[in-house]
Amino acid sequence: MRLIAENLGGERGGETVFSNIGFALEKGEALIVTGPNGAGKSTLLRIVAGLLPAAGGKVLVEGGGEAFPTVASASHYLGHLNAMKTALSVEENLGFWCAFQGEPGLDVEEALETVALGGLGHLPFGYLSTGQRRRASIAKLLVSRRPVWLLDEPTAGLDKASEERFAGLMRGHLDDGGIVVAATHLPLGLEGAKELQMRVGH
Amino acid sequence: MWSLFLRDMRLSIRAGGGALIGVIFFLAVIVTIPFGVGPDLNLLARIGPAILWIAALLACLLGLDRLFQADREDGSLDLLVLNGDRHMLALTVLTKCLAHWTGSVLPLVVAAPLLGLFMNMAPLGIGATALTLLVGTPAITFIGAAGAAVAVALPRGGLLISVLVLPLTIPVLIFGVSASYGAVADPAPFLQPFLILAALTLFLAVLGPLAAALALRHGTD
Repeated sequence: MRLIAENLGGERGGETVFSNIGFALEKGEALIVTGPNGAGKSTLLRIVAGLLPAAGGKVLVEGGGEAFPTVASASHYLGHLNAMKTALSVEENLGFWCAFQGEPGLDVEEALETVALGGLGHLPFGYLSTGQRRRASIAKLLVSRRPVWLLDEPTAGLDKASEERFAGLMRGHLDDGGIVVAATHLPLGLEGAKELQMRVGH
Repeated sequence: MWSLFLRDMRLSIRAGGGALIGVIFFLAVIVTIPFGVGPDLNLLARIGPAILWIAALLACLLGLDRLFQADREDGSLDLLVLNGDRHMLALTVLTKCLAHWTGSVLPLVVAAPLLGLFMNMAPLGIGATALTLLVGTPAITFIGAAGAAVAVALPRGGLLISVLVLPLTIPVLIFGVSASYGAVADPAPFLQPFLILAALTLFLAVLGPLAAALALRHGTD
């Protein structure tokens, strides 16, 4: 399993944000995307996920097999928004994403235990605090399996203990042969990760 | 797909879903009409099917702007688009349309016979109008989905959707009302306009979700 990006260019509102960005990640490798605000970290992740059209270049996965032939089908995307419905309970939210995304991983209760939200599954998602919402959203990565995790500021709103727990989750995912691409300002606690420095106007 | 249908149904039933708003609006419009046109029972019976159809059409448009906007605001739309390789996006849209129709429009169809009484309509006319509403309103939802997908990024897209969609729903309205009249007024036919109405619904069940999927795929930012 390889994730390859070649000569990627990104635009926002007709203006070039970045160009000629390339990387190749083998299984078990992580890429940390850093840079100041406005450097195009989120744009890069959205282009890799295929949610934005690339201004140039291409992204592809190799060796994904039948289950994960394309980047979109092989990826989890965790953006700024949590993609959970406030009117539904946490369990219903996770159960829905598990059923919709297919490739079931941990069951809902286990996933909630893993992010230390065990026993809170019956609460409406709207009742949770910011950090708890983020953790519930991280549990979404666990209920269905995807080899590539695209994470945009994954630890925003998390406390110290949750950050460490999340670093452990990412390490576990990498050890299982997964790939992580994370845009962040904060150190994520991943040793040996590649780093991509983005600059404004590059 | 079934899970998406269930989720959207749950959301429309729970607090803030707005499933009842449409019915209340429908009721309000129908109840207002006799005050406007006066207590002429024959006139009310004559314009009844048309008024029911127009009121149902407007009530249908009421909740459409939230069809994709709610999912966009909490980030779900990104994931629905991202899973486009597993579930064809047009089918995802079709499922959302069906859930929206079942949750917000089907109650209108159920309420229509009761409101027909307010318009002094004959039982046959009431039955025919409810039947044409049942067959015709999905078409409005399917057209509306395309409008909602185009306007998904606009903060106050609701009115724009209505303006975009209303002209496109005219054929549905025409054949729906003429079939309803065909059932009560003798020389006019019922079956032909009714079949064309059914054909319109089937045609738009394909075209609407495809157009909406295209708009959603290119509208993400």
